[in-house]
Amino acid sequence: MVSQAPQLAVKAEALVKNFGETAVLRGLDIELPTGEVTVLLGANGAGKSTLLRVLSMLTQIDSGSISMFGADIAKNGPATRALTGSVLHSPMLYADMTVRENLMFFAEMYRLQNIAERVAETTAQVGIEPRLDHRVRTLSHGFQKRVALARSLMHNPELLLLDEPESGLDNLSVARLGRIIDDYRSSGRTVIMTTHIVEHALELADRAIVLNYGKVGLNSAFPSRDKDEILAAYSSTVTAQ
Amino acid sequence: MMGSLAVIWAIGRKDLLLEIRNKDVVVAVAGFALLVLVIFTFAIDLNQGNAKLVGPGVLWAGIAFAGVTGLNRAFALEVEGGTLEALMLAPISRDLIYLGKALGNFLFIAVAQIIVIPVFAVLFNLVVFRWEMLAISLLTTVGFSAVGTLFAAMSVKVRAREVMLPLLFLPVVTPLLMAAVESTGHMVNGRSWSDMAQWLQLAVAFDVAFVVVSAFIFQHILED
Repeated sequence: MVSQAPQLAVKAEALVKNFGETAVLRGLDIELPTGEVTVLLGANGAGKSTLLRVLSMLTQIDSGSISMFGADIAKNGPATRALTGSVLHSPMLYADMTVRENLMFFAEMYRLQNIAERVAETTAQVGIEPRLDHRVRTLSHGFQKRVALARSLMHNPELLLLDEPESGLDNLSVARLGRIIDDYRSSGRTVIMTTHIVEHALELADRAIVLNYGKVGLNSAFPSRDKDEILAAYSSTVTAQ
Repeated sequence: MMGSLAVIWAIGRKDLLLEIRNKDVVVAVAGFALLVLVIFTFAIDLNQGNAKLVGPGVLWAGIAFAGVTGLNRAFALEVEGGTLEALMLAPISRDLIYLGKALGNFLFIAVAQIIVIPVFAVLFNLVVFRWEMLAISLLTTVGFSAVGTLFAAMSVKVRAREVMLPLLFLPVVTPLLMAAVESTGHMVNGRSWSDMAQWLQLAVAFDVAFVVVSAFIFQHILED
């Protein structure tokens, strides 16, 4: 069973993931409390997206352990997936179905009640109502990303995993995304996101983690105070490539 | 239980909706199978004896080869769009995804057969609109979908998937093909249910075994 009032949203210990000869996560340890917005920073190949895929349970680790809200994800797959919402690189939508059809279909996959109401609420939240009956194929990448965000919010997950969510979004949509993240934090839920827009992310986040070649290079619970240190650590991972 | 059935039906219904819009799979499967039938009508002297002798084999070989084309396409669309991963994010067990995809494939192959079997009846001048044919067709389609969905998932990440799927699929469905051909042969020769019982039993056993085993294996295939 997933416990009701856990302290940690995510506890990952000694995570190792290799793709063939390439080590992507190399004994990574993190502990993320509930109710925090954590931003993952690092150069390309640092392991940010792989870590989010592992936490989304799309990629299996080679060794290590992960618990979410007190439950081991290896033993509680479907129950833990019900607690997470993910927006990864690709929008992962059916191109020949409309926005509404996509959202209603995925609402069925999440076994939601009052599907029409949930679709209306989340589409209003991300501002995609005007194109609900447009086929996804006809929409821009940025708009598709917003649909993916709506899908990830529909089941009110306790943990939101966002992989470069602002990519392809216009300024208005980025501001809307910021409000959604703020709402999440104020309701005691947890957000983990990756980004390359570092300064903006540090304003938004409660915690910044700089990944360096699959390990935690720096973990700051005060990103605004430690801004210079974080920027220096981030820059060093980028320039070291 | 009802929740699981609703998820399976939702995946199958979604595949059907996409197929109605794109017509990728049914057209490919029916078109390929019809082509096989037409070529054989030219290649063979179709007097009544020959038609009863070779007709069942031609019909089921055509549907099996054509089915591979459709199965490949049905799964490739899911992977290319990344939507298989979206399904994997949902709090449903992987075997429900398998059963939903298999249901979709069952519907595609069944619709293709609704087009192909009447044409077969006309070209080979055989009476096939009988309950026996419905039973044979249903059992064979269940088996094709069960095996095909599993192997399509296995081969979809392989570079040479168009080659890999038939190499995996056709040898495994050979017992089912034999059952379909033999029981169809009995039917067109006017024999009774009891004459074809052993072949139908083989088909039932094949279907049960492969639906259960494939659903179990499928969840391991999906993981990285």
